[in-house]
Amino acid sequence: MPSVRFRLNGVELDVDADPDRSLLDILRGQLGVTGPHFGCGAGECGACNVIVGDRAVTACDTPLWSVADKDVTTIEGLGTSERPHPLQRAFIAEQALQCGYCVSGILMSAAALLRRNPSPTSREVKEALDRNLCRCGSHQRMVRAVLRAAEEMAAG
Amino acid sequence: MNRPAPAPSQPALPASLAANPKLSSWLKFSSAGQVTVSPGKVEIGQGIVTALAQIAADELDVDLSRVQMVRASTVASPNEGVTSGSLSIQQSGRALRHACAEVRRIFLQQAAERLGVDIDALEIEDGTISGPGNVRTSYWELADEVSLDRDATPGATPKIATRRALAGHSVQRIDIPDKVFGRPRFIHDQASVGMLHGRVLRPENARAKLSELSEDGARAVAGLVAIVRDGSFAGVVSETEHGAELALRALRKGAVWSDGEPLPDENDLASFLKAQPSELTVIDERTATPAATAARTIRRQYTRPYIAHASIAPSCAMAQWDGDRVHVWTHSQGVYLLRADLALVLKMPAENITVDHLEGAGCYGHNAADDVALDAVLLARAAGGRPVRVQWSRQGEMSDAPFGAAMAIEIEADLDAQGEIIDWRHSIWGNGHVARPGRAALPALLAGFELAEPFPRMVSTNPPQANGGGSDRNSVPLYDFPSWRIESHRLTTMPIRTSALRTLGGQGNVFAIESILDEIAAERGEDPVAYRLRHLRDERARDVIRAVARRAQWKPEKQPGIGHGIGFGRYKNTGAYCAAIAEIEGAEEITVRKLTLAVDVGEAINPDGVINQIEGGAIQATSWVLKERVRFDRERITSTGWTEYPILRFSEVPDVEVELIQRLDIDPVGAGEAAHGPVTAAIANAVFDALGVRVRDLPITRDRIIAAMELTS
Repeated sequence: MPSVRFRLNGVELDVDADPDRSLLDILRGQLGVTGPHFGCGAGECGACNVIVGDRAVTACDTPLWSVADKDVTTIEGLGTSERPHPLQRAFIAEQALQCGYCVSGILMSAAALLRRNPSPTSREVKEALDRNLCRCGSHQRMVRAVLRAAEEMAAG
Repeated sequence: MNRPAPAPSQPALPASLAANPKLSSWLKFSSAGQVTVSPGKVEIGQGIVTALAQIAADELDVDLSRVQMVRASTVASPNEGVTSGSLSIQQSGRALRHACAEVRRIFLQQAAERLGVDIDALEIEDGTISGPGNVRTSYWELADEVSLDRDATPGATPKIATRRALAGHSVQRIDIPDKVFGRPRFIHDQASVGMLHGRVLRPENARAKLSELSEDGARAVAGLVAIVRDGSFAGVVSETEHGAELALRALRKGAVWSDGEPLPDENDLASFLKAQPSELTVIDERTATPAATAARTIRRQYTRPYIAHASIAPSCAMAQWDGDRVHVWTHSQGVYLLRADLALVLKMPAENITVDHLEGAGCYGHNAADDVALDAVLLARAAGGRPVRVQWSRQGEMSDAPFGAAMAIEIEADLDAQGEIIDWRHSIWGNGHVARPGRAALPALLAGFELAEPFPRMVSTNPPQANGGGSDRNSVPLYDFPSWRIESHRLTTMPIRTSALRTLGGQGNVFAIESILDEIAAERGEDPVAYRLRHLRDERARDVIRAVARRAQWKPEKQPGIGHGIGFGRYKNTGAYCAAIAEIEGAEEITVRKLTLAVDVGEAINPDGVINQIEGGAIQATSWVLKERVRFDRERITSTGWTEYPILRFSEVPDVEVELIQRLDIDPVGAGEAAHGPVTAAIANAVFDALGVRVRDLPITRDRIIAAMELTS
């Protein structure tokens, strides 16, 4: 079995697996990293979003080989309850979800946005999240939470 | 000082408590300073667990952080049926409030005895009970000497609203931190020791039967543990999820299916629904004396399509056998009801089945949660005692789960010479809205219909009016028309599987009623807000309409390409009041720019939780109205993914503003389904305001608008 090396949440890993398998399958199945969620398996809902390099991608249709030597960040690597990412703090403050199944992917899209654009407008947030689906209708709160996190980060 | 209280008529226990009277089934104290609260209702993304914790903490006078909420389980939880119908606050909340009030009293009595002080001199603060002379004890200290293994009695009186510290305040939901830190909380993320993975094979064509199955390809897949086949039910069990997927793919290649059963014409739903054999129920009748003479009659037909639950997660369950007993983990809305159906299918006593709730993705009604639980049970039988987790595919979720029923609604209004309504006839055609498990002598679970000895496919029925009705939900007008007749034709055939989806028939009926009223008001040249106020007597109804009109500055000045519309409803005619004003923009393609809503749920236990539910309902309704329609050809469901079944995206979501009318002295009702009907109507009416056309068939798409324009020109 070939081995693919990449950094997961800052930790260097060698994964022995068929390199054509999806990153999501490897994360959830082989590595037990269950923050990224399976939603559709076709890259259409964003529940499985992770950051590869500096871009949010759907892990379900990202082949393992394509992340070789790259940095992969999942929700688990974004922050912890002890050291939350400003986005996580903001999502709690704004109570920005209902069921929360889509949230781990949405947080990753938002984190990638804030890396490249630290002070987005509401429209830019919506554009950045447009490939993430939320069925409960928490969109407005999520946009508000992302803007709040951006403000907090700007204030240092 | 034990004076017998005057007892003119003993108040009854809240229904949920009467059905589950043992106090210890609701709550227990531990000597370690915790109280565990065990409701029969489950978290489905609506925040109910937090609201119930608030109620308990309030009534007991303990800090919220001491309350541990236990997930529903058939082992010990009170049986509260199903978490649905916006009833959890009403049923579980009331029962819990009452139970906690009584438990508080029991502990106070015990404390009074132990401390030798009068019970009325005692106070409780964060569980510590203290009295004059600095005497003190606590729930935790008394936990071992007070038995709650006794039945609730009707006498207990909960606190008055103004003495509650938490109810009425927006506390943070207790499940949210796990979800934003990606900690495993969903059933999909649970791993247990030795767990295997299962996948089920289902036909593409509706109800096709499995005539041949070659297992060779699947057997060759690494990690395969078992292939299960029973009639048309087939599935695989594998050591890994990846292996299960590969084995399923191979199994699919080896499957030969019979022709399925024909589906209706998706482009002519009304004709289909009206032509089917059906059962007629007269829902309500009001007769005016003397009958007035009609100057004219207007007749309109409205339709709504089949709507998918379309949760972001495919349904998932886990099962593990131990001899003749099975343990099931599920995100079902009703653990006891699911257990009852599993017992029917497995032909074994319910006591041998344990069903535990674990969270799934947002649940908007009877989705595939129960179906996949049976799938898991059937596959786990071949797993030699190891747990098996089964997850449906996106395609399965979008085509095999029950849908919200399509509806055709016809309203005829007789008008007098002044254009006032003097008689009203409302007729509904459609499948029933409920085919839930656990309520009938036969099971309602999908795999049960597929076994070699199959159970008959359940045809959906409607709950009685007393429970809010089904097809007829919200069909009886809240307006002061002098006479009416409401009837419902429930189909007795069901080529497309339907069951409960948020609001049942409420969305369709409110859309129809509020649309035709808007039309009648417009013809009279009367403002639609004024028109509604003139015909409503209920002050709470008038209040939400006045509040929303004020908040949206009704009616904003007319601008080209922009339209405003209003819709109103009281969910089930007995629940939450909600009025909505929509602002839309566009021509053939419309955008909903803003929704303003006013809502009255009585006492809002967690105001932000209520607003979250109303916002979510409003956005989901916008998605239904603008985009959603289950698609099918004559053989199969074709909307099997997000491309064919699009839902509203971030860039399309309107700004939503919610005004909550807090009424602390009125018993609370649920909020989850209040917005859908009013928002649907408000958007449709705003389309008319902007474009001058009435679109009476949902969803309101570009094609439908063009068709409506062609009709009017």
